[in-house]
Amino acid sequence: MIRIEARPQPSAVMAYATPVLAVVLTMIFGGALFAVLGKDPFEAIATIFWEPIFGEFAFFYRPQLLIKGAPLVLIAIGLALGFRAGIWNIGAEGQYIVGAICGAGAGLAFYPTESVLIFPLMVLAGALGGWAWAMIPGVLKVKFGTNEILVSLMLVYVAEQLLASMSLGLLKNPEGFGFPGSRNLQQYPSAHNAEIIAGTGMHWGVVAALIAVIFAYVLLTRHRLGFAIRVTGEAPRAAKFGGVNPGRLVLFCLGMSGLLAGLAGMFEVAGPAGQISIDFNVGYGFTAIIVAFLGRLNPLGIVAAGLLMALTYIGGDIAQSQLGLPAAAIQVFQGMLLFFLLALDVLTNYRVRFGAAEVA
Amino acid sequence: MKLTTLLASAALALGLAGGAMAQDKTKVGFVYVGPVGDGGWTYEHDQGRLAVEAEFGDQVETVFVENVAEGPDSERVMTQMALDGADLIFTTSFGYMDPTNNVAAKFPDVKFEHATGYKRLHPNVSTYSARFYEGRAIQGHIAGNMTKSNIIGYIGSFPIPEVIRGINSAYVHAKKVNPDVEFKIIWVYTWFDPAKEADAAKTLIDQGADVVLQHTDSTAPQAAAQEAGGVVTFGQASDMGQYAPFPRVSSIIDDWAPYYIARTRAVMEGTWESQDTWDGIGAGMVGIGEITDAVPADVREEALALKAALADGSYHAFTGPLNKQDGSPFLADGETADDGTLAGMNFYVEGIEGDIPQ
Repeated sequence: MIRIEARPQPSAVMAYATPVLAVVLTMIFGGALFAVLGKDPFEAIATIFWEPIFGEFAFFYRPQLLIKGAPLVLIAIGLALGFRAGIWNIGAEGQYIVGAICGAGAGLAFYPTESVLIFPLMVLAGALGGWAWAMIPGVLKVKFGTNEILVSLMLVYVAEQLLASMSLGLLKNPEGFGFPGSRNLQQYPSAHNAEIIAGTGMHWGVVAALIAVIFAYVLLTRHRLGFAIRVTGEAPRAAKFGGVNPGRLVLFCLGMSGLLAGLAGMFEVAGPAGQISIDFNVGYGFTAIIVAFLGRLNPLGIVAAGLLMALTYIGGDIAQSQLGLPAAAIQVFQGMLLFFLLALDVLTNYRVRFGAAEVA
Repeated sequence: MKLTTLLASAALALGLAGGAMAQDKTKVGFVYVGPVGDGGWTYEHDQGRLAVEAEFGDQVETVFVENVAEGPDSERVMTQMALDGADLIFTTSFGYMDPTNNVAAKFPDVKFEHATGYKRLHPNVSTYSARFYEGRAIQGHIAGNMTKSNIIGYIGSFPIPEVIRGINSAYVHAKKVNPDVEFKIIWVYTWFDPAKEADAAKTLIDQGADVVLQHTDSTAPQAAAQEAGGVVTFGQASDMGQYAPFPRVSSIIDDWAPYYIARTRAVMEGTWESQDTWDGIGAGMVGIGEITDAVPADVREEALALKAALADGSYHAFTGPLNKQDGSPFLADGETADDGTLAGMNFYVEGIEGDIPQ
C-alpha cells in the first residue's frame, strides 16, 4: 500500500529548486527520448538550448526570444495574480483574441489616415477588449456563482468563432481578392507595432511586459491589494475575517488578467503577426498557464519561465530542421517540463509512505 | 550507447556540418502547416519532398519543419532555414503569404515558392497552386450519378475562393447529370481536425446525404461514411485508398512531385525565375485516384472522358451558360471563366442554397 501524506513543513529551498530540477530532469529524459528516436541526445539538447542563444546565428534568435516570450510573460503575469488568489482564468486565449480584434479594428477603422494618436488608441482598445471578455466570467461568478474555469474556457471557443467571422467579414482586406484576413498592419505605419530599435526584437509588447512585471511585483509585495490576493489564496477564511471583499477581488483579478491578455493580443497583431486571420491565435493563452506555474506565480520567475518556454519553441524548430526531429518529439519534450515540475511539487509538499495506514 | 560513442558521433556530425557538406549540395527547405502524417495536405507535400530527394540523390539536401503556425512562427522558421543555407524554400500554406514575402526581402539570393498565394512582391518569390476544381468536376459528375436521395453533403473548411470554387465546380457537374440534386454544406473552419470532420459527416448523413464530399484532409469522414453504410465518399488531397472500393469511390490527389523536381532543377541550373503556376490535371499536379467498381461502368467511362477533356484543355470546368446564385449572369453560352475571376471566386453559382459565411 502506497500513500502520500502532507509534509508538516515543506522545504522552502525545494520550492525554488524544483523548477531547476524539472529542467534538468527534462533534459535527461528528453535526451533519452531523442536517443530512442536515433538522434544524438547531446546534439539535440545543445541545439534546443544552446544554438538560439550562443550559436552562429544568435544575432537573429536572441531578438526572437523577446518576440516569442513577451506575450507569454504578459499573459502569465495577469494569470498569476488570479492563480495566487485561487481565481482560475483558463480563458486567456480568448481574451488574447478579443484584444487583438479590438486593437486591430480600432486601427483599421482609421485606415489610411496617419496619426500618432492611432497606436495609443489601439492599445486602449486592445486592453479594453480583453478586459471586457474576462468580465463575462467575472460578473457571472460574482452574480450567479458560476465556475470561472468553465466559463472562461468556453469563451475561448466563442472568441475563435468571432475571429473567423472578423477575418471573413468585417475586417477582411478589401484588396485581398476575397481571401480571408485583414489588411497587414505592418504596412500601415501609424498602426504598426514596429521594433523600437531595429534588429533587437524590442517592440512595445516587450516594454509592456516589463512594466507589467514591475507593476505585479510591487503590487504583490508592497500593496494592500497584493496582500489581499495572497491571503485569499493561502487562507480564504482568514481573508474574509480580515475584511477582503471576495467579489471585488474576483473582478479585479479576472479583469487584470484579461486586460493583460488583450494587450498581448493587440501588440502581437499590430507587430509580429501583422494581421487578423482565422488562425491568428497559436495557443499563447494556454502556454502562459504553464509559464505562470513554472515561474512559481512570481513575477520575476515568470520572466525566466517565459524566456525558457520561448527558447524551447525556437530551439525546437531549429532541431526539427537541422536534425530532423519530429514536431511531436519536441512537444513531448515541452510537456515533460510541466510534468516534472508538477511531480516535484507534489513530492515537495507531500511524502510517499509505504506500508499500511496507521490507525488514527 | 556508450558516452564515448555518443560524443564521437556528435563530433562527427559537427565535423560534417562544418566541412564536407559545404556548398556543392543544393539545400531545399519545406515549411509545413500540419504534421507530415496527416494523410492529406502536408503528407502530399512531404511526398513531393521525398521525390526531390529520390530524383537528385546526393546533389540535394532537404530539410523540413512541420506544424508551423502561420504568422511570426513561420517567419522565424523560414529565416532560420535561409540562415542555415537553404537555396530554395517551399512554404506550403496560404497563411505563409506575408511572412514568405517578408523573409524573401531579407534574403535576395534564396528562392521562395509559396503555395496557394498571390503575392510576389520580390523577384525571388514564386507562387504555385493546383486547379483542384478540375478534379471537383469529376467528383461532381460521379456524385450526381451515385446519389439516390439527391442530397449531396459537402464539408467545407474555410469559405475562401479555393473552397468555393470546388463547391461550385462539383455542383455544376452534379446538376448536369441530375437536375434534382441538392447540396448541403457544413463549414468546419479547419483543414484538419478528425473529430470535427467526423461530426460534420455524421450530421450530413443524418440530413439525408448519401454522398459526402470533403475539402478537409483527414479520413474521418470516410470512417463515418463506412460506419453509416451506403454513403459514397471521395479521397481528398491524398488517395485515402484504405477506404476503397467503398465508401471511397475515387479521389483527388495533390501531386506536387513534378513541380518540386522542376523547380529544384531550375535552381541547380540557374534558370529559376519568379512565376505564377496554376496547373491542373493536364500537367499532372492534380491526380484522379482510381474510380472503383462501386461506380457503374458507364459513369466511370464518362468520368474518364471528362478527365481527358479537362486534361487536354478541350473542356473547361466553368463553361457557360452559368448564372450566379442571385440569378445575375456569370458566363454566357460557351464562355469560360478567366483565371482572375476563378482566383477570387466569392459567390455560389445558381441553384446552391444558403449563404457563404461572412
